[in-house]
Amino acid sequence: MVRKVVRGFYAVAYAVKLCRPAVICAYPITPQTEIVENLATMYANGELGNCQYITAESEFGAASILVGASATGARTFTATCSQGLILMSEVLWNAAGMRLPIVMVIANRSLSAPLSIWNDHQDSMAMRDACIIQVYVENNQEAHDMIPQAYKIAENKDVMLPFMVCMDGYKLTHAYEPVDLLEQETVDSFLPPYDPPIKLTTKDPLTFGCYAPPHCYMEFRVVMQRAMMRAKKVMEEVFKEWAELTGRNWGGLIATDYMDNAETAVVAMGSVVGLVREVVEEMRKDGKKVGLVKIRSFRPFPTEELRKVMKDVENIVVFERAVSFGYEGPVSIDLKSALFGHSNAKVYSFAVGLGGRDIPRDLIRKCINNAIEGKVDEGFHFEGVKEFEEVII
Amino acid sequence: MKFFFSSGHGACPGCSLPIAVKNVLYALEGKCFVVNPTGCLEIISSQYDRSAWGVPYIHSVFENAAAVAAGIDAALKALGRKDEGHVVVFAGDGATADIGIGCLSGMFDRNHDVLYICLDNEAYQNTGNQQSGLTPPGSNTTTTPAGKILPGKIGRKKDMVAFALAHKIPYVATASVAYPNDIRRKVKRAVEFEGAKYIQILCPCVTGWGINSNETIKVARLAVETALYPIVEYENGELVRVRKIKERKPVEEYLKIQRRFRHLFKHPKGREIIEELQRIADENAKRFGLDE
Ligand SMILES: Cc1ncc(C[n+]2csc(CCOP(=O)(O)OP(=O)(O)O)c2C)c(N)n1
Ligand code: SF4
Ligand SMILES: [Mg+2]
Repeated sequence: MVRKVVRGFYAVAYAVKLCRPAVICAYPITPQTEIVENLATMYANGELGNCQYITAESEFGAASILVGASATGARTFTATCSQGLILMSEVLWNAAGMRLPIVMVIANRSLSAPLSIWNDHQDSMAMRDACIIQVYVENNQEAHDMIPQAYKIAENKDVMLPFMVCMDGYKLTHAYEPVDLLEQETVDSFLPPYDPPIKLTTKDPLTFGCYAPPHCYMEFRVVMQRAMMRAKKVMEEVFKEWAELTGRNWGGLIATDYMDNAETAVVAMGSVVGLVREVVEEMRKDGKKVGLVKIRSFRPFPTEELRKVMKDVENIVVFERAVSFGYEGPVSIDLKSALFGHSNAKVYSFAVGLGGRDIPRDLIRKCINNAIEGKVDEGFHFEGVKEFEEVII
Repeated sequence: MKFFFSSGHGACPGCSLPIAVKNVLYALEGKCFVVNPTGCLEIISSQYDRSAWGVPYIHSVFENAAAVAAGIDAALKALGRKDEGHVVVFAGDGATADIGIGCLSGMFDRNHDVLYICLDNEAYQNTGNQQSGLTPPGSNTTTTPAGKILPGKIGRKKDMVAFALAHKIPYVATASVAYPNDIRRKVKRAVEFEGAKYIQILCPCVTGWGINSNETIKVARLAVETALYPIVEYENGELVRVRKIKERKPVEEYLKIQRRFRHLFKHPKGREIIEELQRIADENAKRFGLDE
């Protein structure tokens, strides 16, 4: 293993290379672009073996090319975010229904309008219901490590679903961090070549993407839901295997810190977890019974894990990086429904850092303290917003 | 006997799509991967548990067939499986010339080894005859209906042959289901070229065009004999062959047997449209030297 200070985009591109994908599709969008650029350099230098690197005409085309390639039995990769992800969405729903284990990195970025190239989770949240596995990573080592695990989970015959590795745009993609880069042999020993029993081949002609009248459509949806639920177990197993193989244990569908005897649980996803953990640590030193719950897998949703860990808490503080407009933050919506009937905790949900707005340490501390001290109402709040006057014309 | 496209599919009686498909598959001896976007052909042939396809087949969505085909091409190359067969797209005119034109341009531009066949029935037929970019002027569709003021579609049929040629792909041709031998020959010729190939086949639609189900071939032939649908063949950008017309027929003969054009014979602006169509036919005849 070599430890190197690298940027996030390189850490994931390098991990993708080690997974020996057969077809990669590229379409530029900030701040994802450097991921596919790094892969292009590797391709140009002959480092990707027999891989076909395709420059698509759009993200919609990129996703579609991967549908064809994956159905033909190829291991596939692409990366995108924001407008690109939304443009792909029709195809991604289709890929999930066809049970194609396409792996992609989402360099999380906000959605237009207004146009913003900066980070929040609105883009991947918009794909929440598409039957695509969504894992959010905290730092670039976790992003690097997640790529081989993503393939192994997605390609498991009990799962066979697309996989989105969500890493915060700029905050992670462009951050320099020391990363223990995996060795080829390590990845080869962990990830077998992709050889699905069912694929497009003239040796055994099959029909993919049939249409289903009402008398048979529902069963397809039933097995998609089952695959998502089975993925929970597969993920736990793969995460454990990874920890044993590399010595890096990132946890299960969730990861917790200081949750023993915690009265207040703070929930977050993605790169903000690092900051929240530091604040929780400081508050613990001040004698406050606060703990951290990092949600790693948003889909499938860690319902049982959250119920277990939240059993005795009194307050739950959720840091949201997106909004379900007309309701509240998507994480707390799901969290509350998971806990319904299992907990009487008060849930405070704070949307922070939308469109890349800075998330200062003091803001995190203030939100948690206000919740503990009952200085804010339960429910949904935007935090870190300027005083301004809305003009209705 | 091994089938490539079996009977028992759900096409309307007299539909020309199966004729085109069977001839293409026959020419390739079934050694191919088929990509088919949403549309009539997909709906009549790919219902769960009763697929008509005896070759590997994939339908993804309406506007991405060219990209899906590109992905299959890439995968076959990466996996060293190119010898398994050709990659063929069967796409409607709407899927090709309108909603899927971005993906088509990308596939042409990257010059994937794909034979793209546009089954041109001159409207969105699966959704019930709405106009597409390949609907000819004057056609009465449900989104360009002939009304008191408007005489059906205003505007011309998109020139997809020119679009394909602009991408400098090695093989571009048109055909008509009236001439199945020609379809088979062109398909065989097309796959001799490495890279992207485009063949646009005129495929009359019984319901949308309003023709008798036993007149599909007659109509498909008249389109050619009036020079409204010139049959051309380009190799590496050079026009190498055209189907000559012995005695060119006036466009009225083609128009009057189709319900979609019938209003032109009584509509105040009908004459104008008929003259426009005749002008288009004359231009085609001159441009391609169709008259024998
Ligand atoms: C994104 C999207 N828009 C609209 C549709 C509805 N739709 C399905 S098939 C079709 C028409 C197909 O027309 P064409 O490609 O010409 O094929 P045809 O049925 O005429 O053979 C339309 C509009 C769809 N499936 N997807
Ligand atoms: S609507 Fe037209 S194209 Fe569609 S199946 Fe019927 S005849 Fe064929
Ligand atoms: Mg059509």
